[in-house]
Amino acid sequence: MSTTARVRVLDAASIERSLTRIAHEILERNRTSSALGLVGVQTRGVPLARRLAAKLAAIDGTAPPVGRLDINLYRDDLSRIADHPVLRETAIPFDVDGSTVVLVDDVLFTGRTVRAALDALMDLGRPRRIQLAVLVDRGHRELPVKADFVGKNLPTAPTELVEVRLQETDGADEVLIVKAEGGADAREEHRA
Amino acid sequence: MKLLSPHLLGIEPLTPDEITLILDTAVGFSSIATREIKKVPTLRGKTVVNFFVEPSTRTRSSFELAEKRLSADSLNFSTSTSSLVKGETLLDTLRNLEAMAPDFIVIRHGEAGAPHFLAKHGRTPIINAGDGAHEHPTQALLDAFTIRQHKGALSGLKVAIVGDILHSRVARSNVHLLVKMGAEVVLCGPPTLLPAGGKTLGAAVTHRMDAAIEGADVVMMLRIQLERMSGGFFPTLREYAAFYGLNADRLKRAAKDAIVMHPGPINRGVEIMGDVADGEASVILDQVTNGVAVRMAVLYLLAGGDRDAVAQER
Repeated sequence: MSTTARVRVLDAASIERSLTRIAHEILERNRTSSALGLVGVQTRGVPLARRLAAKLAAIDGTAPPVGRLDINLYRDDLSRIADHPVLRETAIPFDVDGSTVVLVDDVLFTGRTVRAALDALMDLGRPRRIQLAVLVDRGHRELPVKADFVGKNLPTAPTELVEVRLQETDGADEVLIVKAEGGADAREEHRA
Repeated sequence: MKLLSPHLLGIEPLTPDEITLILDTAVGFSSIATREIKKVPTLRGKTVVNFFVEPSTRTRSSFELAEKRLSADSLNFSTSTSSLVKGETLLDTLRNLEAMAPDFIVIRHGEAGAPHFLAKHGRTPIINAGDGAHEHPTQALLDAFTIRQHKGALSGLKVAIVGDILHSRVARSNVHLLVKMGAEVVLCGPPTLLPAGGKTLGAAVTHRMDAAIEGADVVMMLRIQLERMSGGFFPTLREYAAFYGLNADRLKRAAKDAIVMHPGPINRGVEIMGDVADGEASVILDQVTNGVAVRMAVLYLLAGGDRDAVAQER
């Protein structure tokens, strides 16, 4: 029987600092937030995108619009899983055509979610540019995907899980590494 | 949560949780119709056989559109193109269809139980698109989706279903669904077009239309299915329209914000008058729109089932 150990690697203050830094980096890269649109990947990417938008507004005076993107219809593994994920809302309140979109997610892992998100975004229009912001990059990429803005690079083992908990969805701000002794490869669990 | 069976054969075997899952999933699909690119890659590489032994235009088109919007490949067989007309048995037809390795078979058949027969003898998930006077599950699901869209919920509503109940698989599936989900259902029609022996599946019955639609939140009109009637079920269409046709005056008895539904095709001037069918209370075209989203949801959820489950059900 496997046992689990949970190690907190980011607390609320660290998450706050990381998001502030990402907001500054987004402005440095794009000069202004007025031509930007943020799109959070359901579920935890959405509150992160909202927080980033608030920070951009505080720095630059302009709050970029924030959209929500569900990527489940674009997953490449639906035939492998027996229990299909519940569909959530996709709502982009700005014209994707010609805009600079910052895609926001909580964890960058295999890269498959980002690939699905790119496909989903392209079906909604033709953005001029897409940038990727993630709170945690835990490595183990299976596709050639690289984030433009990273809150924390977190070296992990494939058997470990990274759990991002946010105030809006989980009642607390923290990032945990969950180590399952004798556990399966998290990449397989991630897909199931 | 997932569907318990790899097939969708009727509403009767579904639990309220399964019905809710399908309706909730359809919400995510309904927005796809408003996009510029009305297509997602979800069922890319999957093949769906639409096996329509009984004539159908709107249900087949709706399924086909749902399949195309999910990027599945569709193969259409109808009565005239099927070898059934050459004397082939249904079982042999099934074996031939399965030899082409489809991922789903959508079947409409004039005989009740045909989809169940295919599900029992085949290894492919079966979706019932209407079997005789038995069930039409996706129609009931799209009706429920439309009601929920306009009323917010199904529970506690009064739904009047008026017309040819006896021959209607739509009515049967709707009664199963609405009663399960906590709605009050009243069936109304001439005595000759109501089920004999009180087999009303938990719905109330009346022959008086005014009583049926009094305070109703939903008035669901059914088509007079002349093609299924072998004898004289009522004297004349004119008399039927006078007693059971929905006109603007009669609709005033229903709740102020009542919606009017019809599974189509409508017989204008018989079961429903033109001004009501085109009026503000009518959600008939919403039903057509929602049909695609609901069928996409059904295909999506059934695609999550594995083939072992099909084998276990046999």
